Amino acid sequence: MKRSLPFILIAAVAIVTVSSGALLYRSKRAHIEAGATANGTQNVKPEHVRGEADAPVTLEEFADFQCPSCAMTTMQSIGPMEKNFGERLRVVFWHFPLPNHKHGREAAIAAEAASRQGKFWEMHDLLFEKQGDWSKAPDIHPVFEEYAQQLKLDVDKFKKDCESPDVAAAVDKQHEQGETRGVKNTPTIFINGRELPPPFNPERIQEAIDAAIAAKNS
Amino acid sequence: MDANVATANDRFERIRIILLIVIAVIALAGLADATYLTVSHMVGDESVCGASQPCSVVLGSKYAVIAGIPTAGYGVFAYFSVFSAATLAAFGYKRARIFLIWLVIAMFVATLWFLYLQAFVLHAFCPFCLFSAAVTFCLAGLTLALPPVR
Repeated sequence: MKRSLPFILIAAVAIVTVSSGALLYRSKRAHIEAGATANGTQNVKPEHVRGEADAPVTLEEFADFQCPSCAMTTMQSIGPMEKNFGERLRVVFWHFPLPNHKHGREAAIAAEAASRQGKFWEMHDLLFEKQGDWSKAPDIHPVFEEYAQQLKLDVDKFKKDCESPDVAAAVDKQHEQGETRGVKNTPTIFINGRELPPPFNPERIQEAIDAAIAAKNS
Repeated sequence: MDANVATANDRFERIRIILLIVIAVIALAGLADATYLTVSHMVGDESVCGASQPCSVVLGSKYAVIAGIPTAGYGVFAYFSVFSAATLAAFGYKRARIFLIWLVIAMFVATLWFLYLQAFVLHAFCPFCLFSAAVTFCLAGLTLALPPVR
């Protein structure tokens, strides 16, 4: 008995690990699938779309402008994919500012205000590019006004829009859309309506887009 | 004199067995942490980090996968091996003890590398990885404290 006891202990731990891992996998999978079912209920029309309407692949990103991994994903993965796939890829951006980011919501409002003058994507790119600069600013409004100036926006209108409840409501509506679709964290990416698990490095996103194109063609 | 030597050897043997049991139990904590992370990665559960962005940066980085296998998966294998080796060593398997020492050294080095990546490359820390690092440091300390076999 004493000779076989260590092997019994090792086998018991192996069985417990595998079975608890399998149970955890099943429960997490069920949870995600329940979220995916909710994902089907897209009730808000996307406002920020880049690319052709009939592109075979739509990549949706729920992001917070102050989130470092959102900036990294957008600049290092999604941006290059837009160039690589050209008209085969359509990108949709949804605001999902997180409460733990001091200026995340203000940045979303600034991008939305820029959108009122037809320059959402220009502001989107600038905010991600300069995230390191404005994230630590104590007073964010002059910084965003300077960006508005750089983008040749009507700064007075921009300032007024930043204060507008309609603009804030547009951000909130997109955030709610994220919650409805089971988004909890940023960035969250959907490819043709299916949530893409992380990591969001260029290879992985390219692979997912290729798979979505292949699925469309098959 | 012989009786004294025998008593001292008995005491060393008892300390060795207790330390090996502690190592095995601590390895189980590491095994649970690594299993949880591996499963979360396989499922693609992003809520694992909650609202912690640094955690998402680490677990979403290219270092979270090595050769197509989640890095935490290697942790599962390593902690299970530590548990097995410590259990066998506690039951008197000498080779298991040697294997345990080398394995813990390798894990210690890997942990230093992962801490370096988090601190200087990713500039972000993930609590699960820090817990795993703490477990490995405990294992290294305990393995170092194992009395030699006489």
